[in-house]
Amino acid sequence: MPLIKEIDYGTRKINSKKMVTLKIDGFDVCVPEGTSVMRAAMEAGIQIPKLCSTDTVDAFGSCRLCLVEIEGKKGTPASCTTHVEEGMQVHTQSDQLKGLRRGVMELYISDHPLDCLTCAANGDCELQDMAGAVGLRDVRYGYDGTNHVNQRGASDELNARWAPKDESNPYFTYDPSKCIVCSLCVRACEEVQGTFALTIEGRGFDSRVAASMSEDFFESECVSCGACVEVCPTATLQEKSVIEIGTPEHSVVTTCAYCGVGCAFKAEMRGAELVRMVPYKDGKANHGHSCVKGRFSYGYAAHKDRILNPMVRENVEDPWREVSWDEALSFAANRLQGLQKTYGKESIGVITSSRCTNEETYLVQKLARAVFHNNNTDTCARVCHSPTGYGLRETLGTSAGTQDFDSIEHADVVLVIGANPTDAHPVFASFLKRRMREGAKMIVVDPRRIDLVKSPYVEATHHLALRPGTNVAVVTAMAHVIVSEGLFDETYIRERCDWDEFQDYVEFVSDPKQSPEAVEALTGVLAEQLRSAARLYACGGNAAIYYGLGVTEHSQGSTAVIGLANLAMLTGNIGKQGVGVNPLRGQNNVQGACDMGSFPHQLPGYRHVKFAEVREPYEKLWGVAISDEPGLRIPNMLDAAVEGSFKGIYIQGEDILQSDPDTKHVAAGLAGMECVIVHDLFLNETANYAHVFLPGSTFLEKDGTFTNAERRISPVRKVMMPRSGYADWEVTQLLANVMGADWNYTHPSQIMAEIAATTPSFANVTYELIDKLGSVQWPCTDAAPEGTPVLHVDGIVRGKGRFIRTDYVATDEKSGPRFPLLLTTGRILTQYNVGAQTRRTDNVAWHEEDVLEIHPHDAELRGIKDGDWVKLASRSGETSLRADVTDRVSTGVVYTTFHHPDTHTNVVTTEYSDWATNCPEYKVTAVQVSLSNGPTKWQEHYQKQSARSRRIEAAE
Amino acid sequence: MSAEKLTYMANQIANFFKNKPHEEAVAGIANHINDFWEPRMRLQLFEIIKQGGEGLSPLVVAAEPAIRKPAKTSS
Repeated sequence: MPLIKEIDYGTRKINSKKMVTLKIDGFDVCVPEGTSVMRAAMEAGIQIPKLCSTDTVDAFGSCRLCLVEIEGKKGTPASCTTHVEEGMQVHTQSDQLKGLRRGVMELYISDHPLDCLTCAANGDCELQDMAGAVGLRDVRYGYDGTNHVNQRGASDELNARWAPKDESNPYFTYDPSKCIVCSLCVRACEEVQGTFALTIEGRGFDSRVAASMSEDFFESECVSCGACVEVCPTATLQEKSVIEIGTPEHSVVTTCAYCGVGCAFKAEMRGAELVRMVPYKDGKANHGHSCVKGRFSYGYAAHKDRILNPMVRENVEDPWREVSWDEALSFAANRLQGLQKTYGKESIGVITSSRCTNEETYLVQKLARAVFHNNNTDTCARVCHSPTGYGLRETLGTSAGTQDFDSIEHADVVLVIGANPTDAHPVFASFLKRRMREGAKMIVVDPRRIDLVKSPYVEATHHLALRPGTNVAVVTAMAHVIVSEGLFDETYIRERCDWDEFQDYVEFVSDPKQSPEAVEALTGVLAEQLRSAARLYACGGNAAIYYGLGVTEHSQGSTAVIGLANLAMLTGNIGKQGVGVNPLRGQNNVQGACDMGSFPHQLPGYRHVKFAEVREPYEKLWGVAISDEPGLRIPNMLDAAVEGSFKGIYIQGEDILQSDPDTKHVAAGLAGMECVIVHDLFLNETANYAHVFLPGSTFLEKDGTFTNAERRISPVRKVMMPRSGYADWEVTQLLANVMGADWNYTHPSQIMAEIAATTPSFANVTYELIDKLGSVQWPCTDAAPEGTPVLHVDGIVRGKGRFIRTDYVATDEKSGPRFPLLLTTGRILTQYNVGAQTRRTDNVAWHEEDVLEIHPHDAELRGIKDGDWVKLASRSGETSLRADVTDRVSTGVVYTTFHHPDTHTNVVTTEYSDWATNCPEYKVTAVQVSLSNGPTKWQEHYQKQSARSRRIEAAE
Repeated sequence: MSAEKLTYMANQIANFFKNKPHEEAVAGIANHINDFWEPRMRLQLFEIIKQGGEGLSPLVVAAEPAIRKPAKTSS
């Protein structure tokens, strides 16, 4: 395994269809018109020396190293900024060029420290490489003149040009003494990330890279995405891990374990030690970009809190006892089997995880169906995107987003609703912002002023700051405008949708009751603004919808998803590039966990268990009878547990006590069970109520696949041995076998083969194909052997698109005198979900606690100042946290995150849920906020209980 | 699970279908419950209806005959 190095073509790829032929050093090269001479040369295998260019940013022409000679042209133009011309004859090496390049390098090196041997970039430094490439043997100017290198001059006087190393960022350093001012970092921050945090301050020899207004990196606007570190040709911007460990020697391409963007990374290793994660340029989801989580936040994998031995205990009041794998598995198997004997076979179940691989998820649902003999399997998508599965299936026929991420490059209007991509899906947000800078228009529908509403060089045309819980009214009103003003695409609808259903929908949506004017008082969105937004969506060209949990996590989540599909069908925005209805998935494998049959009513590939022909292949293969009845969903499991008919659960990689709503109810459910098995990296909150703990493996410790929000199946590769001894799929297999199964998988590729053999949309998926293509988007079948980037191209999958009425039904969670404010919850850039991973990294430097955003008006009424401790109370429970007084939220709305167990935000959220799927209504809770002195009694009690339940008795 | 909660959930489903023609609404409610409600939940719903269906939407009550009767739970 060598260190993987992608080819750097020097300047961006040009997508012109017109080809140009030229000669470079006598060889014919044919490239698209608009390509640079530098790129054309590299495509012919000739690498022209360069320092200030790379193929992810625009050419700049500042380093003067990439000079070439072109016959018939005067001078020596820079090859990065010179476009190819038909018949051009280029020479990349000559005595003149050699002399010029050497002269340039001499100047660079005369102001650069000569500490190569002890420099962190030694062996991985473009400046070093170029010095070698141009044959630099001497620096005639010496090193003593004016410079940025030495802190003190020859007579010990301070050098005002020298600046100390900035080590404020937890993950990388900025050493101005090594900077050659190529400005690649500044351009990457602008063009790749779109944050504009970096600049070049000063002029001429005084020029220096500066973060924000010459602040340190940590205090600046920098979001720590790593794009600048990635392009830096020297050790100026350098990962601290490389400084500490040294350079990597081999690497493996794998997939990030955080959000649903599913970025491809190279895990760069030295032996079994991970040196750094570097975004993979050939990754089709991220094209070489990353965010702080994927790039840097992997420290949890080696954290001291990792539990590496299996543990059991008779009662949850007892301390944990470390035991052998055999003992833990027999303990678990005996308990589960005993429960089934006493309480019936339906008394136990499983929860699969969106943080585990497809193969692991498949095995866990198989455990329920083939070993427990019931359909009591559910997954954490229940509490996030289950309404997406229902809504898109009912309208379009597939439970998945319609586009690939690259489709955004063709969008003219983007409707972002109930999603906050710059925090939750940062790499996709960068693509989106780039498209905005190119001129696309955006409509943001969100109660908060998210960053996309206005940030450098990006401004939404419309921000519909609706009242939480009124999505359906707003979306239906948009459809009302489109229908009543005749803006719909009749040809498209006649061709691709069910005409009768459309007629019914028109009758419903034309009713003046659905008009923007009629719902204005309810939604808080000005009618005229809503009308303009609807017109823009319908008439602005290719219109794409991107949505998140702000749409699904409501009592009408499924209705809202249906409403979005209606909008897209009305305007013909399904079935081509640049359009579509796209759920942004919270966790990396939400799509995959849903695909793999984790839901209690569906076998893999979204096929209902009630159909004999769906069950039959599995019954044959597994040698069991599969129940034709839907099993319990997570909230139903908890209800049944409280009631006493559900007694045991195997939870892989989920922390329902922290992540699920109405904590007290979840706790009561867990406390009612007699066998709770938690399979995780850490003793999470749920483990407070567990009897068996099985140590889990990180994404670095196992093979498998993740499926991202664009249905892309990407490889997860083992780069180190599982620290607990077993990968998660092996543990599930061991448990199944102790319970009497006879599973003999020796590699996850065999599990994928079983998935492909039984699931039509995965028919042609193999590990070989994934290795060959890098990744593949389902459906992957004989008809689409290399996968399907865009769905519904030849017609809507279900046959005819189905319009469905979307009556607005107000949630019963209403603000009133006792609870006058509405709480909505979300995520922040540096933390992830329950924080089990990110809280165990240096990301806590950015966000060490959850805070409550409250509008200055609401704050003043309550005498609350910025930073005060406040109590947040609802009818479900109360917690306390610090206030952040800000007008990002409207009056009447407060916002917080749920990353920290000390806050335990979900003690406040309620039991209300989506009518179709039971997806909880996290996004609307009526609350009151008041000043407080510190943690509430419940928080204190919880912390005590939590500490007690984490006691571990030393093994004998 | 509590009768109150189950009644609430059933009524939520009825609310989605209420503006459809009566027969379509009733069929929609029954199908949805058949597809997504585990037998224990359906048994309890029957029990609620048997007790007079207090608080239950008339549409849910009308859907009862089309809701699948679970087989006796095998253990």
